Amino acid sequence: MFLVPDAVVRFFHRMASPPHFYAFTERLMPWLTVIFTLLIVAGLYGGLYLAPADYQQGDSYRIIYIHVPAAWMSLFIYVVMAITGGIGLIWRMKLAEVILISSAPIGASFTFLALVTGSLWGKPMWGAWWVWDARLTSELILLFLYLGVIGLYGAIDDKRSASRAVAILALVGVVNIPIIHYSVEWWNTLHQGPTVTKMDKPSIHVSMLTPLLLMALAFKVYYVIAMMLRAQVELLQRERNSQWAKAKALEEGGL
Amino acid sequence: MSLQEFLAMGGYAFYVWTSYGIATIVLVVNVLLPIFQRRKFLRQQALKQKRQPL
Repeated sequence: MFLVPDAVVRFFHRMASPPHFYAFTERLMPWLTVIFTLLIVAGLYGGLYLAPADYQQGDSYRIIYIHVPAAWMSLFIYVVMAITGGIGLIWRMKLAEVILISSAPIGASFTFLALVTGSLWGKPMWGAWWVWDARLTSELILLFLYLGVIGLYGAIDDKRSASRAVAILALVGVVNIPIIHYSVEWWNTLHQGPTVTKMDKPSIHVSMLTPLLLMALAFKVYYVIAMMLRAQVELLQRERNSQWAKAKALEEGGL
Repeated sequence: MSLQEFLAMGGYAFYVWTSYGIATIVLVVNVLLPIFQRRKFLRQQALKQKRQPL
């Protein structure tokens, strides 16, 4: 491979091996926990305390600091699943399969949070918990896609075939992602248009935008933490008969 | 701003705090679940190895 430095190639080769990846996640975990704590504390302090109330929505808008980062994560994690699904299908890489299936419950959780907090925000602002608007409906479909991936994986005993099946589902479902993103522009929806992710300058004041970005980063780091914790379990279960997994069991599970 | 004012969230306390509460529960559960699963699985595997040594 030209253009790619040798060290990078070696890093990826090593990461593809389960025991190395496992050890890597263990070493990374304390650092990620510290970064997450700093981000979430700063984000919550800025969002709940420092940022002023909205001139139209009062303090109800503060739900944005959960709602928008959760909705972004729901899309981001699905794209990760589609990419790792593709990698898993083409190169039969075990680690890609593990990352895909470990991401699904977290993606489902963020989708659920986006829907629930949206509902709790919609009630006081729109006067309804739910409307069948394009944004809400496509996000609900996303939740069903996540649940479909989890259910399909659980229904097939052989984990390698299960991974191939869910990779195809993840790839097919990815068409829903641009639909969700552009739904507020393509259709006349009750849901408001983009405030931050538009070509123009964001139409939100810095004092409100900064905590939003901090929360978004915090959620992203959280995703890596939660995904790695699930990946550890998945790897141990898949590799239960290998030397390293047996050693781990004696080391940590010893009575 | 007093603590009471802060908690009242300008009259939207129910909607705001329920959102943050549910988010906290969901995020905490998503971290605890795999930690417990791993602990349980490793203990099972350790027991199995003790019963039938390599």
